[in-house]
Amino acid sequence: MSTLDDQAKESTDEAAVESTEAIQDNGTGGYIILFFILGFIASLLVGWIAFPMALYSKKEQPVAFNHALHMDEVENGCESCHFFRDDGSYSGVPKLEQCIECHEEVQGDNENEAHFVSEYVEKEREVPWLIYSKQPDCVFFSHAAHVLKAKMDCVTCHGPVGEMESLPVYEENRITGYSREVWGKNIAGLKKNSWDRMKMDDCADCHKESNNKVTSVQTEKDACFVCHK
Amino acid sequence: MEQVKDKKFGMVIDLDKCTGCGSCMVACMSENNVPFREDETDKLLSVAWMRVYKMTNRKPYPDTEVCYFPRPCMHCEGQHSGHSPCVSVCPAVATDYSTATGIVSQIYTRCFGCRYCMAACPYHARVFNWFDPVWPHGMEKSLSPDVSVRMRGVVEKCSFCYHRYQKAMEKAYVDGRKELEENEYQTSCTQACPAGAITFGDLNNTHHEVYKIAQPDHKHHGKSKNPKVFRLLERLGTNPKVYYLSSRKWVRQLGDNYRPDEIMK
Repeated sequence: MSTLDDQAKESTDEAAVESTEAIQDNGTGGYIILFFILGFIASLLVGWIAFPMALYSKKEQPVAFNHALHMDEVENGCESCHFFRDDGSYSGVPKLEQCIECHEEVQGDNENEAHFVSEYVEKEREVPWLIYSKQPDCVFFSHAAHVLKAKMDCVTCHGPVGEMESLPVYEENRITGYSREVWGKNIAGLKKNSWDRMKMDDCADCHKESNNKVTSVQTEKDACFVCHK
Repeated sequence: MEQVKDKKFGMVIDLDKCTGCGSCMVACMSENNVPFREDETDKLLSVAWMRVYKMTNRKPYPDTEVCYFPRPCMHCEGQHSGHSPCVSVCPAVATDYSTATGIVSQIYTRCFGCRYCMAACPYHARVFNWFDPVWPHGMEKSLSPDVSVRMRGVVEKCSFCYHRYQKAMEKAYVDGRKELEENEYQTSCTQACPAGAITFGDLNNTHHEVYKIAQPDHKHHGKSKNPKVFRLLERLGTNPKVYYLSSRKWVRQLGDNYRPDEIMK
């Protein structure tokens, strides 16, 4: 009994001595806190700014394209260039064939236009567009089911692309190879608009909200094969 | 959203017509990007979604008879909806039963290769990828973009060519329809069979050919009312959606593991 009490007393005494020393040695304690704060700020900067900058490589699209300008010229809105084929598949990225309908020769004196005609139209080369919304191989996405059956708007997933005067820089994830549009601009994965991200969760949220029939026995949501292949 | 009537896609394979040519296996492999290796001698390591087995009545000449037996995934429904042997054991929710189509799905990116489902499946319909697929030079360009290619370490199986259903539905939406015609969704093996031994369709639709032949009694777990129709290992209660048709009694007996002395009901 007595030995245990003594030990306890000794340790409290030691602690008391240490704390008085710490109070007396003001400078060292301040430095430790300062270093901790600086290190914390540095880690935050690395994590939130340096890492995302290093993670994504920036690529320019092969042709500077102005969506807003084209929307004024074409008759049928988005569907003038992005349309359904008769077999139900969707022609998302226009082929040169569609561009040539208007751009067989250089129109106006824009140098981007001249570049496009000389590099692609005259050489009959397809434009290697970089696709922002490219999904992994295991994903099945049907434009017909969303646009024609569910009557969804293009803007809901793609954002106001039609109003853009220039194409955004294509940012490719150096690890996964996917576009930044899939993860979203916000590295924390937060989103304000429905078109900010294109991850499985974003599909799943909407599928849940839209009260689709529960068809999956395992998940009690939509069946896996609805979106996977 | 407007409710569409549930489907129950199934198949009838006429074993009297099957010649064992293997067209269904070839069609399936090319349709679904099924990998193969240079050396396929060890069948335990090879991958096939559709496999044709050979059965004999084990009688000496001249009474010997042979029957070829194509075996896709049975897409079992179980005793209550979706209680398939494989679905109920999957710890990763990688395999799932859809009540809308009756198809058992396999999501390769979700599977981590524990192979519980392979152990649970009484039909050997599931196969494991022991290797990453290696395609002969130039062949990767001929792979189907509608089916994702599997990696080493995951289980795969027949999907009743579900991508064909998706494609057919897309076309239906463009045409302003919500339902498919019988011939719009057919599996690759069905169309490849030169003998026309395979019939595919919706077992819930009384107008479909598959319903007329199989005559499933949905009140009794899909048991066929046609005396010539049976299902593989039916007495296990897995309630498969693949039916077999044979006029030969020994075939029907072998299909359900009857003892030689056992009398068929």
